[in-house]
Amino acid sequence: MKAVLGELLQGRPVFVNIGVRAFGDTLRQAGFEVVQVDWAPPAGGDPRLAALLDELL
Amino acid sequence: MTLKERINAANEEAFRRMAAADPVLVDVAPASQVIPGMRDRLILHSGPPVTWERMCGAQRGAAIGMCLFEGWARDAAEAEGMLARAEIELEPNHHHATVGPMAGTITSNMWVWVVENKSFGNRAYCRQVESFQQFGDHSEAALAALFSWRDTWGPALGQAVRSLGGIPLKPLIARALQMGDEMHNRVVASSSLFANVVAPALAASGLPAEQVQSTLHYAGNHPFLFLGLSMAASKATMDPVRGIESSTVVTAMARNGTDFGIQVSGLDGEWFTAPSPRVHGLLLPGWKEEDAGLDMGDSAITETAGLGGFALGGAPGILAFTGGTAAQALAYSRDMRAIAVGLSPNYLIPALDFEGTAMGIDIRKVVQASLVPVIDTAIAHREMGHGIIGGGLVRPPLECFTRALTRFSEVYSAAREA
Repeated sequence: MKAVLGELLQGRPVFVNIGVRAFGDTLRQAGFEVVQVDWAPPAGGDPRLAALLDELL
Repeated sequence: MTLKERINAANEEAFRRMAAADPVLVDVAPASQVIPGMRDRLILHSGPPVTWERMCGAQRGAAIGMCLFEGWARDAAEAEGMLARAEIELEPNHHHATVGPMAGTITSNMWVWVVENKSFGNRAYCRQVESFQQFGDHSEAALAALFSWRDTWGPALGQAVRSLGGIPLKPLIARALQMGDEMHNRVVASSSLFANVVAPALAASGLPAEQVQSTLHYAGNHPFLFLGLSMAASKATMDPVRGIESSTVVTAMARNGTDFGIQVSGLDGEWFTAPSPRVHGLLLPGWKEEDAGLDMGDSAITETAGLGGFALGGAPGILAFTGGTAAQALAYSRDMRAIAVGLSPNYLIPALDFEGTAMGIDIRKVVQASLVPVIDTAIAHREMGHGIIGGGLVRPPLECFTRALTRFSEVYSAAREA
């Protein structure tokens, strides 16, 4: 584990950005490689609808 | 069986029925002879129910046009008075196994395409597509196409279709999807394929040469002819999907220029509405954004059946009408997979490596992803008296789907606890 962490910190990191694209854009502008994962909270974050979906989906 | 398992099984059945549909054009006939519940002094219209007071300008103009077409009124002012006094009844097409483009207005003497779903025995109906009266233009010139359809083209096409023993539409749609149509705003290939099929029967009909020649010209040169057929085929496909207990599949999306409404299989008969949205697209020269009316028409039945916007990736030619890029069109078609039950085994898109179009809109998935269907459509003026002014893409209000999901939970959670 130590060796892996060491390599990670010595090498140039690749970022995985989940959700809000703007965070990844900032890193990309700073010259880093960014892999974007599109994600949004279920039902746009509405807790009532999310609860319904828990039951139905 | 848990509620989730019951819903999934019900949706699989809904998908099976959609895939098994076999829509066949069997006739062209006057609405009074074929549409269930059609009667005198009744105007069928697109979208969910709407009163004259709440009706948008374009649909009002189309309704006035139908009063003049039927001879119920001598002029527009008299027609408007009759409609305002509720002397003419107004009901949605969808309540009569029927669909209509844009304002969608149908009365007794309007001839309609008659499409039978041979797998389930139900019939569905749609009026002719044209570019003026259905957009709210009730001028004499606009009504001329309705009279020609009633007196010349409709009767000739009806005789030709009957002499052929019907025209199966599923193979025509499948072929046209591979020729760049998406079956809503782009029906150029399918209209030509239809003209090819019907032409020999017209030539052999024995009808007067002038009528045959006029009908051949109409069928062979009308770029939107097949929209009426793809709408009727989609309606005939979706009606057997209605009323499946526990199914969350959408059976209709329809708009009247005031409200956007959806219907859901397991909640049969109920409409879930929200204000009609604005269409984003291209306007014909001379028109401005502020001229445009809100989203209108039953034609979103094509998207409900997995066509139209769901097949946009295979129809880049449509972008000249709606705006956008070919890459965006492909992305729209891929995106729709996230809210669908499955992929059509019948309607394949070459540009998507011959994968089927996304089919069977699941309200649960729409709400979960906050991703609503994409619909391509035409644009009418916000006031009466004009023909088509543009075309574009539109998204239904998410509120229609959240309301339907809330209602579904009330009905089915209560049933589970009972």
